Amino acid sequence: MAEALFWPAILGYGEAALAYASPRYTRLATWGVRLGWIAQTALLAVQAARVDGFPWSSWAGSLNLFVWFVVGAYLIWGCQQRYRLVGLSVMPLAALLFVVSRVGGGTTSGTRSHYGNLFLTLHVGFVLAAFAGFTLAAALAALYLLEERRLQRRAPDILRLKLPSLVVLERLTTRTILVSLPLLTVGLVAGFIRLRQQNGGMDALMAATIVTWFVYAAFLGIRPTGRRGARLALIGFALVIVTRVVLAGSHF
Amino acid sequence: MKLSLVGISHHVAPVELRERVALPLERAASLARTLGDAVCLSTCNRTEVYLAGDDGSRALSSLEELAGAPLRSVAYRMHDEAAALHLFRVSAGLDSLIPGESEILGQVRAAFDAASPGPILDRVFRQALQLGKRVRTETAIGESPASVPSAAAALAAQVFGDLTGRRVLLVGAGRIGELAAGNLAARGATIEYVANRGIEAASELAQRFGASPLTLDDVAGKLGEVDVVLTSTSAPGLLVSAADVPSRRRHPLFFIDIAVPRDVDPAVHELDGCFLYDIDDLEAVVTETLAGRRVEAEHAERLVALEAERFREWQAALEVVPAIASLRARADEIRSAELAKLGSLPEHERRTVEAVTAQILNKLLHLPTVRMKEAAAAEDGATYADAIRHLFGLDGER
Repeated sequence: MAEALFWPAILGYGEAALAYASPRYTRLATWGVRLGWIAQTALLAVQAARVDGFPWSSWAGSLNLFVWFVVGAYLIWGCQQRYRLVGLSVMPLAALLFVVSRVGGGTTSGTRSHYGNLFLTLHVGFVLAAFAGFTLAAALAALYLLEERRLQRRAPDILRLKLPSLVVLERLTTRTILVSLPLLTVGLVAGFIRLRQQNGGMDALMAATIVTWFVYAAFLGIRPTGRRGARLALIGFALVIVTRVVLAGSHF
Repeated sequence: MKLSLVGISHHVAPVELRERVALPLERAASLARTLGDAVCLSTCNRTEVYLAGDDGSRALSSLEELAGAPLRSVAYRMHDEAAALHLFRVSAGLDSLIPGESEILGQVRAAFDAASPGPILDRVFRQALQLGKRVRTETAIGESPASVPSAAAALAAQVFGDLTGRRVLLVGAGRIGELAAGNLAARGATIEYVANRGIEAASELAQRFGASPLTLDDVAGKLGEVDVVLTSTSAPGLLVSAADVPSRRRHPLFFIDIAVPRDVDPAVHELDGCFLYDIDDLEAVVTETLAGRRVEAEHAERLVALEAERFREWQAALEVVPAIASLRARADEIRSAELAKLGSLPEHERRTVEAVTAQILNKLLHLPTVRMKEAAAAEDGATYADAIRHLFGLDGER
């Protein structure tokens, strides 16, 4: 069942990724995002129903959940027809990661999880949700830098290929981090409780995640504006990439 | 011939001629009423009379009377599908000087509302209004600005988003600066200061925007208080240098310099958080957006063609409507006569027989009705209608 639901989801995301390339098909793209996300939600629900405990414990499974969070956050924050370029930057990445998740076996059902512990479930779920938020914040920050560059270069097509305004991009980046950092905090606290219960030790991924927390906390503390703020959000995201991709195998 | 159009527009007539036949809404509606089943659309770029059941000769004479000159060489006359197609292009903004401009849709609606159109004009204008909205929803034809003042406001919005509460310093009391300031104000910005060499002109314009007047010497001191600086003076040298701009670490400052020679030092653009657009930059943006409108216009033309085809089918179906009505009336007449022969029946039985015979009639006539409408759309409607009249002896009712 879960396997079957992968196809409508990837079809929706893939269609959106392609349709965003043309201004004429943005409405179709929006529907692709919505329908794909509904199908992926159903897929996750089936996975959750079939497994005891937390079903996205593998790196591929967590990637599946991560994509769902990213697309969900995109649907809430930025899925508007007139901002086609935002969709064009988010949806191809989401579709690609979703395919990678499937190749890694993250979209199947029936795998028994060794994460039955509530604290651990909270830990993985909240950390992934936070990372998805940071990914979206990074996309918004990158779009800020792009739009600022276009304004600096006085690009003649700036009103034809529209992005949200600088102020809106800056505000959304800050808000997304403002929502994501508490999620990461809860996820980390849950992880530390579990670590303490099992008398475990620190590993490289945990250290990198803590550094990531400090970078985003600094972002909210200093509230840098303009290009400095966008760059700091991207530095934070670079650490997210390190923890999610480079060090992922050392933790799961 | 059921729908006709007579008119002149910016495509065929110079402004000297157009202004003589341009009518305010009330007079246009009055002209339409004198012509019968008509709608008169009169704007600065066109005066057009749409008529039902008339070839347009009287309308042309009326326009010539207004112009005080013969219009036969410049006026266009169109009929039926061509007239509908033209109206659809007009309401979609495709016949306008600036493709996709939105004002025309309101003018078409006003002309329609002011008239008392019959069924054909009612149908074609409703279709035109729906299409006008659809074109602006489904294409990006009207999204980008088409003039330097509106591009200036759109660019400011590209930095700040919603301009509500954003403070503007207008330097120069010239016409183009006023227009650009008007565009910014229309998007919610507050014109805070108006600076000019002569304080009287500044005061006059400031009063219009509810702003404070300044002299040019005060400009540098106000740069820290505003979000947008709009300059359009005829001063020979620079009025704002990079050194005048305070450090803006938290909020961007957007300069729009429409003046020639320029009022703002180009080095301002290099400052952190500052953006400067001069007249050349704005014109490049407008050129690009107009090119974009032309691309979108191709898509809009396809929507217009589809709508014109729908109107043609509807109009063609009208040709067979009298034959269909006669056929149904004859069938009902026969049914009523036969029912009368039944004599006295209990009420519930009579109702059953009436219902059954009505059903038989409807089922029997459904297919011929559909086929006749299809044939009408394929231009065979008159032949089919004649055949029906002949076969069922409806000739006398033609």
